[in-house]
Amino acid sequence: MGGLEKKKYQRGSATNYITRNKARKKLQLSLPDFRRLCILKGIYPHEPKHKKKVNKGSTAARTFYLLKDIKFLLHEPIVNKFREYKVFVRKLRKAYGKSEWSTVERLKDNKPSYKLDHIVKERYPTFIDALRDLDDALSMCFLFSTFPRTGKCHVQIIQLCRRLSVEFLNYVIASRSLRKVFLSIKGIYYQAEVLGQPITWITPYAFAHDHPTDVDYRVMATFTEFYTTLLGFVNFRLYHSLNLLYPPKIEGQSEVELKPTEGEAYAMDSESYLEKLSALSASLARVVAPTPEDDVEMDEFPVEGETAEQMDARKKEQEVLEKQKKLFEGLRFFLNREVPREPLAFIIRCFGGQVSWDKSLCIGATYDVSDPSITHQIVDRPRLEQQVVGRYYLQPQWVFDSVNAKLCLPVADYFPGVLLPPHLSPFVTEQEGDYIPPEKLKLLAMQRGENAGEESEEEEEEEEEDDNDDDDEEEEEEEDDSEKEEETKLKKMEEQKTQSKALPVKVTAGKVRLEDKQRLEQEQQSEEKRLAIMMMKKREKYLYKKIMFGKKRKVREANKLAEKRKAHDTAIKEEKKKNKKARRA
Amino acid sequence: MEWYQDFPHIGYDLEGKKIYKPIRNKDELDKFLEKMENPDYWRTVQDKMTGADIKLTDEQVDLVHRLQKGQFGDVHFDPYEPAIDFFSHEVMIHPVTNRPADKRSFIPSLIEKEKVSKLVHAIKMGWIKPRKPKEDTPSYYDLWAHEDPNSILGRHKMHVPAPKMKLPGHEESYNPPPEYLPSEEEKLAWEQQEPAERKLNFVPRQYRCLRAVPAYSRFIHERFERCLDLYLCPRQRKMRVNVDPEDLIPKLPKPRDLQPFPTTQALVYRGHSSLVRCLSICPGGQWLVSGSDDCTVRFWEVSTARCMKTLPLAGVVKSIAWNPNPTIRLVAIAVEQSVLLVNPSLGDKLLYGATDQLLESYVAPEEERVQPVQWVAATTEEHGKGIRLVIQHSRPVKQVTWHGKGDYFASVLADNSNMQVLIHQTSKRWSQNPFRKSKGLVQCVLFHPIRPYFFVATQRYVRVYNLLKQELTKKLMTNCKWVSSMAIHPGGDNIICGSYDSKLAWFDLDLSTRPYQLLRHHKKALRSVAFHKHYPLFASGSDDGSVIVCHGMVYNDLLQNPLLVPVKVLKGHALTWDLGVLDVLFHPTQPWVFSSGADGTVRLFT
Repeated sequence: MGGLEKKKYQRGSATNYITRNKARKKLQLSLPDFRRLCILKGIYPHEPKHKKKVNKGSTAARTFYLLKDIKFLLHEPIVNKFREYKVFVRKLRKAYGKSEWSTVERLKDNKPSYKLDHIVKERYPTFIDALRDLDDALSMCFLFSTFPRTGKCHVQIIQLCRRLSVEFLNYVIASRSLRKVFLSIKGIYYQAEVLGQPITWITPYAFAHDHPTDVDYRVMATFTEFYTTLLGFVNFRLYHSLNLLYPPKIEGQSEVELKPTEGEAYAMDSESYLEKLSALSASLARVVAPTPEDDVEMDEFPVEGETAEQMDARKKEQEVLEKQKKLFEGLRFFLNREVPREPLAFIIRCFGGQVSWDKSLCIGATYDVSDPSITHQIVDRPRLEQQVVGRYYLQPQWVFDSVNAKLCLPVADYFPGVLLPPHLSPFVTEQEGDYIPPEKLKLLAMQRGENAGEESEEEEEEEEEDDNDDDDEEEEEEEDDSEKEEETKLKKMEEQKTQSKALPVKVTAGKVRLEDKQRLEQEQQSEEKRLAIMMMKKREKYLYKKIMFGKKRKVREANKLAEKRKAHDTAIKEEKKKNKKARRA
Repeated sequence: MEWYQDFPHIGYDLEGKKIYKPIRNKDELDKFLEKMENPDYWRTVQDKMTGADIKLTDEQVDLVHRLQKGQFGDVHFDPYEPAIDFFSHEVMIHPVTNRPADKRSFIPSLIEKEKVSKLVHAIKMGWIKPRKPKEDTPSYYDLWAHEDPNSILGRHKMHVPAPKMKLPGHEESYNPPPEYLPSEEEKLAWEQQEPAERKLNFVPRQYRCLRAVPAYSRFIHERFERCLDLYLCPRQRKMRVNVDPEDLIPKLPKPRDLQPFPTTQALVYRGHSSLVRCLSICPGGQWLVSGSDDCTVRFWEVSTARCMKTLPLAGVVKSIAWNPNPTIRLVAIAVEQSVLLVNPSLGDKLLYGATDQLLESYVAPEEERVQPVQWVAATTEEHGKGIRLVIQHSRPVKQVTWHGKGDYFASVLADNSNMQVLIHQTSKRWSQNPFRKSKGLVQCVLFHPIRPYFFVATQRYVRVYNLLKQELTKKLMTNCKWVSSMAIHPGGDNIICGSYDSKLAWFDLDLSTRPYQLLRHHKKALRSVAFHKHYPLFASGSDDGSVIVCHGMVYNDLLQNPLLVPVKVLKGHALTWDLGVLDVLFHPTQPWVFSSGADGTVRLFT
């Protein structure tokens, strides 16, 4: 036995990981500082494959970081800033203690601060990377911008968040990149497609927050600190990609005009700019004025290995997209005051519509209620006292559903006071075997262009439902097949038994047994399958059973939903009948 | 004063003599009389110092009244005199004080001059600069102006990007389709679940209109939890199993191509009233014999299911074995402590006559040898039944099995000692105990069909002994808890072992001492296993009432491993007392399988 002695845990995975406490000691940081650094630099713990090996034989619960990550943190300039800040706090405390106010002032002026530009660049080497990770940043900024300006966190952060989120909304309007919206019970989900990347964010409903006590706002503030930096740079780049001025300017307003009398009455001079921007009603100024012949016909290059069908499909998709972008073009909306203004104004403007609201509600109203050219008025109250002829009065859900359906839906279902049709999530893509609500089927049919009369539609719906049920039953049958087989077998056996039991032998006329060939073949196949399953290896059998269990559960859940729907529909029908009878009587 | 309360004096004078209190001899009545009679009583007070009564004057009474009212004691004091401003905003022509100014107030300060000159110098030298207005708005620029499209993440390739938040489904809508709303029970179940176990972290609800939707109370919580997930949750790359389950099923040759094998139940042999424990068949395949717990042995004709003969015995039949030699008609039956050799007297008269002659031609040796058992010839009564010889053991016999030639047979005793296995020679009526030491509880034994090997299965191992060399050649590890039965391939190179933990182990003796394959086909304990003499088939019977027939092809080519394919699951036996199939047996020439069950029947599958 030659060679050096191999010691345990000195090579392999044990050397690639480091526990949190060790990492902290190596960096000489306190735990809050370490956490802050991890948040800013995007360092996260890793779960090793063999935890016991990495943990040097112990099974205690520990979090592990990659050693490379920690080594990489060692050279971070921000760590020094953290230490400087610690010193600063110490000095300041001392000056306060000695009541040296001039020193306090001086120290406060020279408060150490750090920038996160290089970290953004480092974490997202390309712009696309940054866009991919924008979901959380946007959601966080939108949440922070709704916080009250007192307590919880610094006012500057809240203002910055508000500014950045408004800028982003303005970009989405200018680029018309909004794709999906969804009213959930948690908030409003939006999905935009920026440079081919889907970006989803959620905004809370505009109510005061019930601030929870078990939430660490410092952690959230650290995240927000990074996210605001990221979002600022992304906004800058996005604005420049559209030839827009970056600190955005509202079109058609020079510096002098920026202080109209109306604005002064509404807000302070410093705030009126942001308020106007957040009204989302005016378009933005461009660096280069767009010429009407800007839309150059894109040349098409067939991608290799793409069939004509695929190309057609792509073309069609493109067309649908273009159509969706101009969904509300030419329509003039008016928002009543009980309707959430910002989301609706944002959505309508994103699809080319014009929007206004009451002048006293918010700055930036462009026309009045009495304007005769208004085509749609969004209303959220049970009934209206006086209605103007020539415009539709609609509930806000119409706007959301139309955007998701990519076409202007028939307005009849959305009149004020009417029981609304269900609002479906646009984020669900049903696969085969999943449950599809009948409303979705209807919508898909409408998108395909099958626009029959309503009655026939209802029939269709019913038929589809029936089809669904049939399918389900078939599936169930398939499930039950094996059981049935066994049953039949047992029955046969019983028959034989009874026959053989009847010992006083009697000869009765035999019956020609009709054998269903298909059925027989099926049985044989399923038996073969069962025999083959018997021969599977233990591990594979386990996996197979797990997969089949998951599939069956899925089918079960879909069936359950379908059943519930059926019960609900029949209940409603019966009620209708009763009402009819009551009316007749 | 209260110090002197109990004394007659009230102090001392300068000379130290006591000053006595004035003598007061007024009692209550006197006091009352005075109060009534003296008009100045109300203005009389007692001087505590002297003890004398003092009558207040009018001025003094007036003062008391004024003080009681909270007025000043002095009648002439005026509290509301007009105020005169001494210092006012008006500049007076005269100084308030007449003190002349100090000299130092006319001379510029040297210290200040020094300080100012220092500052001036610092400004001149550029050490002090005017404070820059602080910029609190961050400035942005094109950060990705020179991006490298090929650059991966700066650090390393182990980066695991955070998974995105799950997108909301229909149930999260403020106005979901009615089927997504939970019923009352579902709501209750949701509330009783642990928060971590819940499938949805909210209860779907329906609101009539958008105006009625309230704020979501856990919004900040959820964002915070997402933050925690992002920086505290350990990440690991997990490969999602994306397998078509059909691909997992092994591709086996179709059973149809592996025919012949038994597929359907053809005959049921009824007659036994209790469990049928054992089966055996004559080498020609015409007669079947079965032993049961109802203390009988029945002989059946295979093709007609007719019971030809019933042989009542003294006890439960544990095991039964038909002599494999086709020229001898002899059946060994294990009943309690004895093994009976029975001539069934069925079929060809020449044959069974020859067997009887053979048995009678035995000549006892001159000197009696010591034997572990007693060979006793049958009595005439027994002879009439067909019993020819009785071999009396010291213990109950569990199993009998014949050697391929039909002269030797082995019996297994239910014992713990070294006398668990005995080998008997019929022609010489001689028995011997091959083992000196017990190696555990022997379950069953088996002769090799060709070579002089002897297999002994204990609870967990199968030992292979060479009978010629009288040594242990191999010890097979079965990987089972308790072996129940064993069968050998007619080629002699493969063994199957059934076990009570519902496993069937296939051994390839050339390959290794561990099972080549461990088949878990049955759901309950295996009771017996059997090989077919000619066809590549083997069967196993189990407590779950099923017989599974498998195709077990052994190739002559040593490099090719045996091919094991289950071809048929045969069901028919009813479960009684949790027992299903107790014994399985193949027909010697046809691809038929017999099974005996706890329901008292023997079934033939063809």
